[in-house]
Amino acid sequence: MTYSSIVFYAFSLILVASALRVITARNPVHAALFLVLSFVTAAGLWLLLEAEFLAIALVLVYVGAVMVLFLFVVMMLDINLDRLREGYWDYLVPALVVAFAMLAEMAAVLWGKYFSLGSMPPPAPLPANYSNTRELGRLLYTDYVYPFEIAAVILLVAIVAAIALTLRRRKDSKYVDPARQVVVRRRDRVRIVSMAAEKPRTAVQETEEVTG
Amino acid sequence: MDLHYLEQFFGPMWPFVWSIAKIVAIVLPLFIAVAYLTFAERKIIGYIQVRVGPNRVGPKGWLQPIADALKLMTKEIIVPTGANKFLFLMAPILSIMPALAAWAVIPFDPNLVLANVNAGLLYVMAITSMGVYGVIIAGWASNSKYAFLGALRSAAQIVSYEIAMVFALVGVLMMSHSLNLVEIVQRQGSGWGLVSWNFIPLFPLFLVYLISGVAETNRAPFDVAEGESEIVAGFHVEYSGMAFAVFFLAEYANMILVSALAAIMFLGGWLSPVPFLPDGFPWLLAKIAFVLFLFLWFRATFPRYRYDQIMRLGWKVFIPVTLVWLIVIGGWMQTSLWLWQK
Repeated sequence: MTYSSIVFYAFSLILVASALRVITARNPVHAALFLVLSFVTAAGLWLLLEAEFLAIALVLVYVGAVMVLFLFVVMMLDINLDRLREGYWDYLVPALVVAFAMLAEMAAVLWGKYFSLGSMPPPAPLPANYSNTRELGRLLYTDYVYPFEIAAVILLVAIVAAIALTLRRRKDSKYVDPARQVVVRRRDRVRIVSMAAEKPRTAVQETEEVTG
Repeated sequence: MDLHYLEQFFGPMWPFVWSIAKIVAIVLPLFIAVAYLTFAERKIIGYIQVRVGPNRVGPKGWLQPIADALKLMTKEIIVPTGANKFLFLMAPILSIMPALAAWAVIPFDPNLVLANVNAGLLYVMAITSMGVYGVIIAGWASNSKYAFLGALRSAAQIVSYEIAMVFALVGVLMMSHSLNLVEIVQRQGSGWGLVSWNFIPLFPLFLVYLISGVAETNRAPFDVAEGESEIVAGFHVEYSGMAFAVFFLAEYANMILVSALAAIMFLGGWLSPVPFLPDGFPWLLAKIAFVLFLFLWFRATFPRYRYDQIMRLGWKVFIPVTLVWLIVIGGWMQTSLWLWQK
């Protein structure tokens, strides 16, 4: 057994175990953190496949941004576990059907004649200075430039739509407008006026104030 | 030194032992630097505020960080009631891990780097983006509303400023055509010294990177995550003893990391600022120290930002500035007015 296959089996074990814990953990925050662990482990497996750009992008996007926001939401929820478990037996039959369908599909791919390991030889090892990122960028911006641009526009529309759908302005709420606050200058708020000095007091008046 | 005797002594364990030795050779000086950065911070801010700063422990106070470390190590770690004990103790480790792991790809010299990987810059971004978990888990696992509010603030801030920071680094990519940190530095050395460094053509991006770096490390004036006057001490309010010290270490290690990255990306790494002096590691050290001094200077000078103003600055000022400058750089590179290496 080579070193990379030991690493592969160790990572696979962690990946499967943490993926199982995502659906079995009672605490939703723990489940979300196990999902983070499975993302990181999957990134490790992709690194073994020499797909370093995809692996790092997985960590950067899913672990660094998506799951943080997900944790935000999960942490704020006050989840009642009993109510979540209410419909368990009702959903069991459709869930089993879906699970069986997924299992059958994966078995068809992995055990089938056309996808077996024999018909897919391992790719030739790449030289050490081969940059996965550069190749991917070159392909995305030359051969696949139109699909790539269309996907980008669709994502942009989705972002704008998501914000527009959830944005509700309450008319009666009071809020500050930072853009107006930062343009404020001192002369808008404070006015310095010069006052005439009072009439100078006599020495007698001053001693009376101190003693009396 | 002859390493063959050691190699024979350890036998098949040698690659493992050698890797551990290299990691220790990076992490140990880093920890010493962190300890003396806290001392430098107290001294520099002291002098800025016309005070003397710590001067009692050891000659002129030089043993102060060691005394602080001993104090923190001997203090009790209190786990609050109702806290999630495992995650509570896990959070400091999660927050220091990225601060140390990112150093694996930082080059100190053209040949002195632990792992000279092609996707070095991506690796640094991915690893540092995991730092937010320490904060957010600490806030949640403490079972305290102040810690939780601090964690939410901090996580929102870190995620927002990361975008501006990464966009600033895209400009560096356009300059260097590479994600490899060694190549990024070498592209900046065209024999003209200072003027060939990235910070001149990418000046707006350099400023955005520097300020986002301050926000990413939750330092003043962006330290609302631990705003003492509002939420006690933010996400680490329930931590004591060594668990608190690890958060403290992580914050300062992150500061050094952001400074090192600024030095490598924009200030020419180990390259000499003038053509007649040789390049070398001392230049990198001097540049890191300069950026760290800026961090301390900011803290002593500016009052804390209000939270909504932080968000406005990140989203409505920095991200548009970086986008515009990327377009400017992209266009400028195509013309004959471009003065730097293509």
